[in-house]
Amino acid sequence: MSKDVEYGLFADFGSTFTKVVLLDLDTLTVVGRTQRPSTVETDITLALRAAMEDIRQILGGQVEYRYNLATSSAAGGLKMAAIGLVPELTAEAAKRAALGAGAKITGVYAYQLTRKELEEIEGGGLDLVLLAGGTDGGEQETIISNAEKLARLGGLRAPIIVAGNRTASDQVSAVLASGGKEHVITDNVMPEIEILEVDKVRDIIRDLFIKRIIEAKGLKNAEEFIDEILMPTPTAVIAAAKLLAEGADGEEGLGELAILDIGGATTDIHSVAKGDPTEPGLVKKGLPEPYVKRTVEGDLGMRYNASTIVKVAGEAFFRESIDSLGLDLHRAVSRFARNPESLPESEADEGLDLALARAATRVAMDRHAGRIETTYGPNGPVYIQYGKDLRGLKTVIGAGGPLIFGPAPDVILRETLFSDANPFSLRPRNPTFYLDGKYILYAVGLLSEKEPVKALKLGKKYLKRLNSS
Amino acid sequence: MKQKRVVMGVIGVDAHVVGNKLMENALRQSGFKVTNIGNFVIQQDFIKAAIETNAEAILVGTLCGHGELDCQGFREACIEAGRGDIHMVVGGNLVVGKQDFRGVEERFMDMGFNRVYPPGVSPSRVIEDLKTDLGVSQE
Ligand code: B12
Repeated sequence: MSKDVEYGLFADFGSTFTKVVLLDLDTLTVVGRTQRPSTVETDITLALRAAMEDIRQILGGQVEYRYNLATSSAAGGLKMAAIGLVPELTAEAAKRAALGAGAKITGVYAYQLTRKELEEIEGGGLDLVLLAGGTDGGEQETIISNAEKLARLGGLRAPIIVAGNRTASDQVSAVLASGGKEHVITDNVMPEIEILEVDKVRDIIRDLFIKRIIEAKGLKNAEEFIDEILMPTPTAVIAAAKLLAEGADGEEGLGELAILDIGGATTDIHSVAKGDPTEPGLVKKGLPEPYVKRTVEGDLGMRYNASTIVKVAGEAFFRESIDSLGLDLHRAVSRFARNPESLPESEADEGLDLALARAATRVAMDRHAGRIETTYGPNGPVYIQYGKDLRGLKTVIGAGGPLIFGPAPDVILRETLFSDANPFSLRPRNPTFYLDGKYILYAVGLLSEKEPVKALKLGKKYLKRLNSS
Repeated sequence: MKQKRVVMGVIGVDAHVVGNKLMENALRQSGFKVTNIGNFVIQQDFIKAAIETNAEAILVGTLCGHGELDCQGFREACIEAGRGDIHMVVGGNLVVGKQDFRGVEERFMDMGFNRVYPPGVSPSRVIEDLKTDLGVSQE
């Protein structure tokens, strides 16, 4: 322990574990790491204090922290509903805006909200609602009528962010106010067809998270021990992804990249990439892709959705990969789903875990990456690109338990790759794989707000390279 | 005057975009709020854009001769989407080769288009008609 060293303490309140990492900000090294089962139900600071005590033990005494910051995905994460008009347009834009802000989407709704949908929204334990619909100067009936319906929902306490047709915003605001609903009016997520504006919404979500949600979720008392809970955990990962890709103040980044994050409840992919066509003759169509794109597959969690993964990826794939293990597939899978905290206990479990992670990765990347569709015209086939072309990507980073603790992260990461069997899925062809082996991406994201160059150097130093290509 | 909103594009697998751009500029200069969704557009995309923008008219360009096939059922699809009242215009090279335009016009009218234009129509004529049809007062 040295008194002259500057330390940074970074905590992550997860749904299962509260993790703490201590960084030496001069030598840019990880001094210590620990995790304790989260104590959201009782008092969130119990786990935090225990973890901080662990760190004190590692250091052999008390030190001053230059930064003492946290992220949180505890208490269900940042739960949001996204509402728009046309499913593929403003509803999709609202969904992307919320995902890009680190939210956990509980539902995406289009057109006039139905009674059943309203019940879902009312009973969903939401933290925020994002209400969009109509381009600026375009359709406004739907957003006004949806606002009226939300205003009448007595059980809805979550603040409402209004990001729809600007022309309708005064009326929407009046309607929500008459129902006593806290709300913020901001720029339209889709001011014109094919134009996506998510930045304002993202900033407002962040702001509300700090000002309102932390307290509403009972996380506020953590700030006795932590300077600030700055953002939802996924937002920190997004910040880290952007920093690692772009670099900072003369320190070079890794270039365009993707991060695969496999968890018990979801499998997430972030890409920081323009995704423009990498071969001539492709026509790009569809909603423009955000440069920093996050997709969250709520049906591909390694534990909660183990059986869904089997269904989506196909039993054949699993039979092939685990046949030799002598497992009863369905029984094993439902055992995982019943015990979401369980770690693999046997070699067979490990084999199944690996197969689940591979399948989840394959499907998640399929949904995240763009695709080519062929249509036939008078001159023969025409190739139309939807989504991002990631074939030229040079870097793919793995994060999350199954990759960090599993025996074969490279085998899982290989499932993100382009395949001749499915050449119309625009996945990376030949990237270098890295692993967030020390689970510090969230800390890199937090530190990037304060000292981006140090954060970047740290991230680059601790990303473990898995292959050379 | 409140700006009239139109959605335009080139339907189907059709690479011709020059007339589309020309028409877009002319419409903008005449005071229309134009959402141009470009080419390689299917019916559903016209309709979705029209819903979000609350457009008063859809302008369909079709240049390479597939118009009849590409436009079939367009009006019905608008009706399904709750925008059955929308004003629909089509122009370009609607069919292959030189056919009697009256017959062509009739077939597209039967499909539910309100205005059907022959090849090479001048943008100003299309715009004058559109102003009349959408009730834009001339000054
Ligand atoms: C340039 C051109 C191309 C270029 C297009 C480049 C581009 N990015 O736009 C290229 C080389 C790609 C091309 C390809 C083909 N083309 Co070509 N092309 C032409 C050409 C020579 C000029 C078109 C043009 O730009 N004109 C200038 C603009 C301003 O005029 P316009 O498009 O007609 O638009 C006017 C009106 O029609 C109207 N209008 C246009 N859109 C709309 C929309 C609405 C709503 C309204 C009201 C009015 C309207 O307003 C405009 C102003 O007056 C024409 C022949 C010709 N002279 O017209 C053939 C022509 C259109 N092509 C033709 C063909 C057949 C093809 C191909 C199938 C040829 C082939 N086998 O290779 C391919 C199609 C590929 C595909 N998938 O679409 C035929 C169409 C035949 C038909 N319908 O009967 C034409 C007429 C040639 C011919 N005489 O055979 N073509």
